[in-house]
Amino acid sequence: MAAYLMRRALMLAVTLLVSSFVVFAGLSLAPGNPLATLSGGRSLPPESVAVLVQRYHLNEPFLVRYVTWLGNAVRGDLGVSIILRQDVSDLISARSGTTIALILYAALIVLVGGVALGLLAALRPGVVDAIVVMSTALVVAVPPFVAAIVLIGVFAVRLRWLPALGNGAGLWEQIRHLTLPALALAAAATAAVARVTRTTVREELGREHVQTAISRGLPYAAVVRRHALRNAAVPISTLAGMTVASMIALAAVVERAFSLNGLGAYLVSAALSKDFAVVQGISLVLVTAFVLVNTLVDVGAALLDPRIKLGGRA
Amino acid sequence: MTALALLGRGRRGGLGALGTTAAVVIVAAVVLAVLGPALTSADPDASDFANAYAPPGPGHRLGFDGQGRDLLARLLTGARTSLLGPLWVVALSMTAGTLIAIAAAWFGGWLDSVVSAALDVMFAFPGVLLAMLVAAVFGPGLSAAVLALSVAYLPYIARLLRGAALAERRKPYVQALEVQGAGSVAICLRHLVPNLMPLIAAQATLFFGYAMVDLAIVSYFGLGVRPPTADWGVMVAGGQPGVLQGYLAESLLAGGCIVVLVVAFNVLGERLSDDCGQGGTFGPSRWWRPGRGGTA
Amino acid sequence: MSDPINRRMSDLLDISGLTVRLPLQGLPRTVLSQVSLRVGAGEAVGLVGESGSGKSMTARSIVRLLPTGAHAEGSIRFGGADVAALRGPALRELRRRVPMVFQDPRAHINPVRTVGDFLTEALRAHGRTPRRAAEERAVGVLEEVGVAGGRRRLRQYPHELSGGLLQRVMIAAALLTEPLLLLADEPTTALDVTTQAEVMAVLDELRRERGLAMLFITHDLELAAAVCDRTAVMYAGRVMEVRASALLHQHPLHPYTTALSAARPRLDRRAERLVTTPGRPLSAFEAPHGCPFAPRCAHVRQRCHDTRPDLLPLAGGQVACLRAEELRQERAVPHE
Repeated sequence: MAAYLMRRALMLAVTLLVSSFVVFAGLSLAPGNPLATLSGGRSLPPESVAVLVQRYHLNEPFLVRYVTWLGNAVRGDLGVSIILRQDVSDLISARSGTTIALILYAALIVLVGGVALGLLAALRPGVVDAIVVMSTALVVAVPPFVAAIVLIGVFAVRLRWLPALGNGAGLWEQIRHLTLPALALAAAATAAVARVTRTTVREELGREHVQTAISRGLPYAAVVRRHALRNAAVPISTLAGMTVASMIALAAVVERAFSLNGLGAYLVSAALSKDFAVVQGISLVLVTAFVLVNTLVDVGAALLDPRIKLGGRA
Repeated sequence: MTALALLGRGRRGGLGALGTTAAVVIVAAVVLAVLGPALTSADPDASDFANAYAPPGPGHRLGFDGQGRDLLARLLTGARTSLLGPLWVVALSMTAGTLIAIAAAWFGGWLDSVVSAALDVMFAFPGVLLAMLVAAVFGPGLSAAVLALSVAYLPYIARLLRGAALAERRKPYVQALEVQGAGSVAICLRHLVPNLMPLIAAQATLFFGYAMVDLAIVSYFGLGVRPPTADWGVMVAGGQPGVLQGYLAESLLAGGCIVVLVVAFNVLGERLSDDCGQGGTFGPSRWWRPGRGGTA
Repeated sequence: MSDPINRRMSDLLDISGLTVRLPLQGLPRTVLSQVSLRVGAGEAVGLVGESGSGKSMTARSIVRLLPTGAHAEGSIRFGGADVAALRGPALRELRRRVPMVFQDPRAHINPVRTVGDFLTEALRAHGRTPRRAAEERAVGVLEEVGVAGGRRRLRQYPHELSGGLLQRVMIAAALLTEPLLLLADEPTTALDVTTQAEVMAVLDELRRERGLAMLFITHDLELAAAVCDRTAVMYAGRVMEVRASALLHQHPLHPYTTALSAARPRLDRRAERLVTTPGRPLSAFEAPHGCPFAPRCAHVRQRCHDTRPDLLPLAGGQVACLRAEELRQERAVPHE
């Protein structure tokens, strides 16, 4: 186990290093000189240029600049936004709370809703099952921005149950403001988790070891919980983890749709206004989070299933 | 459209009712996109603010958007960009993925190790994020987004095909060909690729759906297809102010088109995957198909 | 049928006229037909037959473990209680008293739970035995079935144990819930030949020690003869012959039993070629109108095709063959 964790940690470090390089190298891939990219094509007064050249070590070789940038990034210094003239780190930390809350909220919906729906369908063949199967087949293909439109149109505009836009103040208001966005973000993933839960729980219920458990006189609820659901937990949590990871990038969609002040929406506006230091900073944060969550999913699967060989990766 | 080429030879009793329906939906969408402008006299770009959010009427069967443009005309024109974008993504990523996978599987050794390691790292970039990064560097545009998504899908496609190519390479007939002195390139092109074709077609179909959503997302951000060009992703974004005023038509119609086609591509792709005995595959973003006897 | 030999022990299990139909390809197919069988307290009864003859289905019927859609007729009484009428806690109590040892322990033990979990879960679910006490008992029983180092085994996962050890774990699990009747469904078939004998010895010894009744399912007539007091032979979902094991093995009455014992290669005799029975075993729903074994029988007569023989008392047992008496005379089976 320790050796496996070491290996995963090493892989994680290498992946992060390479991806940070890719994020940084984007700067020098850009057409024109790095200065133009950094300034987003605006003409700057000479003193600003001098500051930029000094700040980004533009007169030094590429690799030196990368190492300097990475060193600063690890210490939490991600540079300065050209547009807002503020520290990128401050800008990121001011907005990350919304994104984290949104993703956690959505992840909760995915896990609870998806597993409950899937279990319901698996244990109630017939009408209930058919309804779940058909509705999830449709919802699984609904991208978050379409889900956002429908939710806004129905719950915010027609029924006026929940607010459509903005963050809201105070805990209760914040939860109310995050509910529709979290639902939009979670919709397709919930359907996917429900479908996988249904199939794997069905599959497990048909297994011999479940027969054994029933033959030993365990209550059916215990059989479902301790055997069918427990064994289905590996594929379910793997999928749920992967969908949560994908939300790190997709959160931007619902943040835009619901005018939330989050990281993703900020990344989009920074990309549109070519605020490159911000794009770099947020990309680095998001990629790190994405890789971390994926690693956690892998490690979690290995912990849940003693049969997964801890030596190698499939 | 590799998937369509395969329609005629679907094994195990064809595509089934669901698969056939999906194929029909896709063909219909392609026909509508090709015929496009011929089906309506309205100009998709002609704006008349007097007609903003006007309901359907004679000659304008779906009504108007917030800028008074004909919705039907815009949907039909938008179908072209919305279908061509994913087509490019699939063509690029599939071609590159197949080449990389076969090279890695065939030559093995260090090349395989390097490719596998590189693919591992590429998994770190979600497609949408990479597209945003590329758009920031090169400026918004469809081609940048297509390129970014092609790169982002590459590891998923290449890893799957590498496994399949390795399995194929170990089969006795390949070894027999080698013993007979057939060249590597010839074996790969004449035997390996054709035998992998059903799998490639199935994956291409599934990834067409993924690409469609991801490109629409990028366009929705304003980082892909630029307004006023008609595109379904652009239309969903463009219709959003209207949604807040209760006019759901534009966003909902464009979003609905995307959903219907994505469902069709998913269904057909899964059907084709079943045919080549492919187990569960992880898509690049949200979809996962349970394998082995999964009836979902 | 109040046959003295069959009634010598008070009946623990009494199956009579059991007919089971399963939906196969949309049609209800008979898999068990008019099966009657008794097991006395502390008695070991063998159930022998080819695959598909309905042995396992009979055992599963006893604890109501039939596949969904199955339809059962006839009566099964365990300790006097009608099994078909049991619900909820009563049914679980029955299952606890009648544990099953399955053929393939690898598939029948949950791979993601520890051996300890497997052994103790029934105890903890039923008797609300505290974890520590349950584990103590599990270690004790593991010791009895010949698994040393029980403490360590409890923490291990099934894939870390060999097939033989795993089957001992399954037997231990069955013994833990203070059973009255053990259903052993080919418990050694999936094991290596050397482990088979060991596991069989453990099972036999512990059963005798505890005075447990057992329904032992096997396709091996000789093995059944070695461990069981009586043996029932099944063919095409029907019981063909029931007699004391030694008699059945040495002096079979039913032509099918004869064929079964002849098919087994013997070490003490050199055979030019192995004896085979022509044709293939049938399922109950494929069986012809008359005697199900008639198409393969060496002693067949026209009436065998016309009349279905009932299971009737003969020579201290029961046989379902129209010509049994006749054939017995021919072969001059000595009377005991």
